[in-house]
Amino acid sequence: MVFLIQQTMLYAIPLMIVALAGIFAERSGVINLALEGIMIIGAFIGALFVRIIQENMVFTQDQGQLLMVLAMVVSAIFGALFSLLLSFSAINLKADQTIGGTALNMLAPAIVLFMINLISQQNVLGMATGDASSWFMIKPSTFGLERDHDFGFIGNLLINKVYLSTYICIAIFVVLSIILYKTKFGLRLRSCGENPQAADSLGINVYKMRYAGVTISGALAGIGGFTYALTTANCASTGEVAGYGFLALAVMIFGNWTPLNVALGGILFGLFKCIAATYSSLDINGDGVYMLAELGISPYVYRLLPYLITLIVLAFTSKKSRVPKAEGIPYDKGQR
Amino acid sequence: MYRLDPDTGKQKFFAKDGTKSVISAIISILIGMVVGTLIIIIVGVTKEGMSISSIWDGIRLVFLGIFSTGREAGELSFGFNPVNMGNMLFRATPLIMTGLSVAVAFRTGLFNIGAPGQYLMGTTATLYVALTVPSETIPAWLIWILAFVCGIIAGALWGCIPGILKAYLNINEVITCIMTNWIAANLVSWFFDVRENLKNYDEGGKVGYVRPTSHNNIETFDFGLDKLFPDSQVNGGIIIAIIIAVIMYIIMTKTTFGYQLKACGSNRHAAKYAGINDKLNIIYSMAIAGALSAAGASLYYLSGNTEFFWSTYQALPAEGFNGIPVALLASNNPIGVIFTGCFMSMLNISGLQLKTLTPYNEYITDIIIASIVYLSAFAMLIKMLIENRQKKKDEKVRAVKEGGDK
Repeated sequence: MVFLIQQTMLYAIPLMIVALAGIFAERSGVINLALEGIMIIGAFIGALFVRIIQENMVFTQDQGQLLMVLAMVVSAIFGALFSLLLSFSAINLKADQTIGGTALNMLAPAIVLFMINLISQQNVLGMATGDASSWFMIKPSTFGLERDHDFGFIGNLLINKVYLSTYICIAIFVVLSIILYKTKFGLRLRSCGENPQAADSLGINVYKMRYAGVTISGALAGIGGFTYALTTANCASTGEVAGYGFLALAVMIFGNWTPLNVALGGILFGLFKCIAATYSSLDINGDGVYMLAELGISPYVYRLLPYLITLIVLAFTSKKSRVPKAEGIPYDKGQR
Repeated sequence: MYRLDPDTGKQKFFAKDGTKSVISAIISILIGMVVGTLIIIIVGVTKEGMSISSIWDGIRLVFLGIFSTGREAGELSFGFNPVNMGNMLFRATPLIMTGLSVAVAFRTGLFNIGAPGQYLMGTTATLYVALTVPSETIPAWLIWILAFVCGIIAGALWGCIPGILKAYLNINEVITCIMTNWIAANLVSWFFDVRENLKNYDEGGKVGYVRPTSHNNIETFDFGLDKLFPDSQVNGGIIIAIIIAVIMYIIMTKTTFGYQLKACGSNRHAAKYAGINDKLNIIYSMAIAGALSAAGASLYYLSGNTEFFWSTYQALPAEGFNGIPVALLASNNPIGVIFTGCFMSMLNISGLQLKTLTPYNEYITDIIIASIVYLSAFAMLIKMLIENRQKKKDEKVRAVKEGGDK
């Protein structure tokens, strides 16, 4: 049970944080289809940063947590920088946002694979030494305890074999959700996605707000990308994140552009993703029987389940969805 | 802008919409190439073990890779290379078809990012028919046609799914297309995984591949292209693709059906008001888009010398996504797609030449393609700049004339 919950969180956290990235962009009025591409950049930059630091032996293995936090910051910065390309074309040049996002989605894997091939002469960029769990995972030994120390059920769930990034992401998620709903800045940002003309007439700089929305979105997607690479790909970058950015977009639509629903949606899809990845070794009630593996269903069914369920859920929830009204429409002062 | 030439009374060449599209496409391509060149220079300067000559080689190959004939005595040599030319035409075939697919959907206001999934579905249906129908009892040409048609039907049905969801439930087609892509990738892998008789066990090192259709004596007719480009993979597929492109052009511009599709794209509500069944047209558009993508897959895999990697559940075919730049560069014009499809496959060949002949790798051409898509997102801006220049010029001419009159 502990294993299932922890694994689900590993898959759910990147989805939640990237879906929140989508909320920030779309609530300010810009469709951010480039989430997938930004995640790829974030994952690459994070992995590259860890590798360079390891190669130069700046930190030892005991300082792994510090290194991870720094890597998250770096990938957030580069994610935000990369998203400026989208802001520029969508806000300043009033270009089609869908095409702009698609361009970034094509650009990111191209750049990343080009760089990875130059650096390592293969299609994967991993850590220089050790692996993600020995460097970054919180284990009993992190607290100076025995290897098989038992923290009890709650303790095992929360501090045994988890990544600090999970808690950092939850904290960021909560703080940014509050900012979006309880501060002046959040209200202004949301108004630009609903009625930018009215917002402008009240003295709000729509361009600035949209830049802020997309840049926050880029930073979050960068963090999400690195978290994904860290927890599910052993801190390696391969120039893809398996459609996670698009899945996050679907979670965002499913969650009706509100953080709380998005968190629930993220956990639901995280569960399905987790089942797809671990069904063969999943022991739900701890009796030594791998139930899902014994059902004899093809692994491909589990793998396509998250996407199929997304489709079905979208089909059922579409009537109730409340899209930000001005989403996808370039703001033109002349139309006021 | 219908500015007429005062002497002939006809529209000026540079004021035509088509001309502007071509110019903005060429500008996008040039800027994309410059970006690629800059990256080559930056990498060459910063990376150890790269000299000026390897930078120069890289730049020449990005622009002229299609004419590369390999290395002679350490120096790159250029000239007419029939293998490269033929392969370019061969690889252009699926790109033209997926480009047409994206372009037709665009005309109806839909962004068909589901081409990879439709392509996979077409591949599967085509290969299944081409490999299982016995060629001893049924003539090969009949099986070829049957496989082609089955592929098209499979793609059309798969394309319908996002179309129906868009038409009746108004779900954004981008999301549904992406989801159906991944579902298709898993279904296709599953389909071939349990069919041992289709897997290629004859040749060692071909694990994960389906048999080529030549195993069942099915190959696309060459139309004499193999004489023109000896030793290359080219076959009649490119001619069929060009014919389909012309047919699509006629349908889109000269028929009521095409007009209805475009009307739905310009303004769905106005089209509905005018008595056009908007929902049905959206579904038709996605079905046609799916059929075109699948036709590209059929033409590619029926050639007889291509092998399909069936274990594809983690990756989507690049041909599907590259349909997007092909369509955008051509301003969604079916005839233009023929040329931009060839251009894209030319870049592809250049990338392979870069990989084999220099320390650079083929992903540089992907960067160029992505830059071109990014730039074509503001093709409108480039068009506007051209228009503004013309206006200024006109004003100058007028000012000079008026000055002369006085």
